[in-house]
Amino acid sequence: MKKSVFLGTAAAATLLAGMGMAQEGSTLTQVKERDELNCGVNTGLVGFAAPDASGNWTGFDVAYCRALAAAVLGDPAKVKFVPTTGQTRFTALSSGEVDVLARNSTWTYSRDTDLNLDFVGVNYYDGQGFMVRSDLGVTSAKELDGATICIQTGTTTELNLADYFRANNMAYTPVNIDSNAEGEQQYMAGACDAYTTDASGLAATRAAFADPETHIILPEIISKEPLGPAVRHGDSNWGDIARWTLNALIAAEEYGVTSRNIEELVRSSENPEVQRLLGTTDELGAMMGLDAEWARRAILAGGNYGEIFAANIGEQTPIGLARGLNAQWTQGGLLYAPPFR
Amino acid sequence: MTDIRATATPPFRLSMLVNDQRYRSLTFQVIVFILVMAAAWWLVDNTIRNLALMGKSFDFGFLFQRAGYDIPQTPIPYTADDSHLRASVVGLLNTLIVAVLGCIAATVLGVIVGVSRLSKNWLFARLMTVFVEIFRNMPLLLWILIIYAVFTEILPPPNAFRGEAATSGMILFDHVALTNRYTALPTLGMTNDPGSLDLGARITFNWATIAFVVALVGGWIVRRMIRAWAQDVQDRTGSRPTTWWMSLAVMILPSLLLIWYFGLHLVPPSLQGFNFTGGLNVSNSLVALWLALTLYTAAFIAEIVRAGILAVSRGQSEAAFALGLRPNRTMSLVILPQALRVIIPPLISQYLNLTKNSSLAIAVGYMDLRGTLGGTTLNQTGRELEAIVLMMLTYLVLSLIISAGMNVFNARVKLKER
Ligand SMILES: N[C@@H](CCC(=O)N[C@@H](CS)C(=O)NCC(=O)O)C(=O)O
Repeated sequence: MKKSVFLGTAAAATLLAGMGMAQEGSTLTQVKERDELNCGVNTGLVGFAAPDASGNWTGFDVAYCRALAAAVLGDPAKVKFVPTTGQTRFTALSSGEVDVLARNSTWTYSRDTDLNLDFVGVNYYDGQGFMVRSDLGVTSAKELDGATICIQTGTTTELNLADYFRANNMAYTPVNIDSNAEGEQQYMAGACDAYTTDASGLAATRAAFADPETHIILPEIISKEPLGPAVRHGDSNWGDIARWTLNALIAAEEYGVTSRNIEELVRSSENPEVQRLLGTTDELGAMMGLDAEWARRAILAGGNYGEIFAANIGEQTPIGLARGLNAQWTQGGLLYAPPFR
Repeated sequence: MTDIRATATPPFRLSMLVNDQRYRSLTFQVIVFILVMAAAWWLVDNTIRNLALMGKSFDFGFLFQRAGYDIPQTPIPYTADDSHLRASVVGLLNTLIVAVLGCIAATVLGVIVGVSRLSKNWLFARLMTVFVEIFRNMPLLLWILIIYAVFTEILPPPNAFRGEAATSGMILFDHVALTNRYTALPTLGMTNDPGSLDLGARITFNWATIAFVVALVGGWIVRRMIRAWAQDVQDRTGSRPTTWWMSLAVMILPSLLLIWYFGLHLVPPSLQGFNFTGGLNVSNSLVALWLALTLYTAAFIAEIVRAGILAVSRGQSEAAFALGLRPNRTMSLVILPQALRVIIPPLISQYLNLTKNSSLAIAVGYMDLRGTLGGTTLNQTGRELEAIVLMMLTYLVLSLIISAGMNVFNARVKLKER
């Protein structure tokens, strides 16, 4: 009898467990029900994602999250920013803690396949560089043999670094750090000779220094780092929304749609591509479960790609990054949004 | 007849499972057992389903893939081309290094502080109390971070030791340099290097090291034999031969001979390029972690030692004095053997704590097991569950080994009732 009681309980438990697992619903419905987008960002990298003095998050990656929230929820303010480190970011995404990850993350093969992420595009074409103090007298990464180098753990950076030094027959001592802030502190104290990460991150880090001119970024770029937003693998519809929100921002720049002239273009644009993008003809939004004006709101949130770039990391900001590879394809860059039709 | 039998064993009713004393405890045990099993079942089932839902499998194949990352402190040869498994082993060795160093230092410091707290010198005893209260009442993580930050911010970078206008100098006859990255120590050089024993998997032991170990262990065994002989003579003749110089000779002479034979000497580190080379660079992350673990655990051990000594009743030492034993002999022959049996069991817990606490290493970038297997490897391969399970098992086995070893020791010192 005892045995049958046991089996019965076990069976009941299994049933309960099964029910607990019942379909959680798509990411889109979850976000809408919550009426808030959970966006994974970095812990603080001025220009990309950092809270300002009053606690508002601003930055290049933040602007993408706001555009996505505007497209889906109609309000760019309905975002909860979740700071993640190099080590925690992918777990945060795959466990469902965040709906989208916009954290200077490099699109790599194994992350796309083995880690079960889906990168929805590239919002910044980058590469890994080195920063040193100018008084160190080093002018090339090839002169760093024997140096102590600060790197963030859990990044592509540490893998590239190992490969680069081996390929060039050089030795180094890594100092593993967990966040950009910690790296900055170690580097400033002279606990490492060089700090290495994505060149954009170096520029942003240096801009925050009290004496940026006493540090130089070495000319070598040792890797390709296409940075982009990522979502969980398996929810293609949500992936589409994330992908086309990014594309909408890029296409808007290409077609000259800005946050300032958008209302006017909605009324008067004769360009059929712009009309489709802004939802005045065809119903593109409905094809992925949104309304007709999703892209309009996304662009209004912080402007088109060019406006976001200029406001957060462009040459007029302390970070001072040139467009370079991140110019439109029409300007000799790599940005190329597929057609909206 | 039938009636009588019915009253002797009433028919079984379900309510008896709860009301009848004979069944009650059994009933509850079965219920609890079922609940525990159901919970475990639910956990495992849920995990498997969720893994399947995320498209993940449970397999340890990643351990044999190329690791691709470098580790600052490698007790055995390791490069980025090695496997994640080897990286994990390097991490485990780093854990062991800091755990062993920590346990030794914490025991020494703990015993000193614990005994000092009982000192008759009022000021001294109070100072020790302050030490204990400060270190055991603040989180360990804070201590690790504070000590590390102090090293990083206060000590000079290697650069400061360079050239004519150096602002910092090496200490101990130019053999040691304290920098904000590491402590550069001299290494041992040999003019007559006997080569190494190759254990395979690129793990080697220098023959000289082996020779020293053999000499020390051999010396220790001979010393025991000498003492046994002295005891024997004492039992037979009543007077104990003086043996201290013999003991000293067998312990030290062979080593001196080996030093001379191998031409052992110190090779001081020298500043070359960005860093000190040629010596042994002990990273500040290791030193900070070690110091913090030592101070923190020593505070607890001090209390254990104090309690152990106080547990031996005063009558014992008074009796020993009455027999004419000198104070230090009283301590080593009467008090300590009795105190030890109170001290050892909680001491085991402290060693286990220290070993597990060493996983806070990640806070200062010391690449222990948590930093390699549970950190970079986990992150680069995305094998969270596998890495965590493996790490938990490793810590479990490590703890079991430590407590097994200490229990053997405990069995030897515990009160033998005759
Ligand atoms: N792109 C690399 C590195 C990403 C990374 O960690 N970037 C740093 C510097 S650019 C960062 O965002 N740090 C901010 C923080 O620590 O919160 C990767 O995806 O692995």
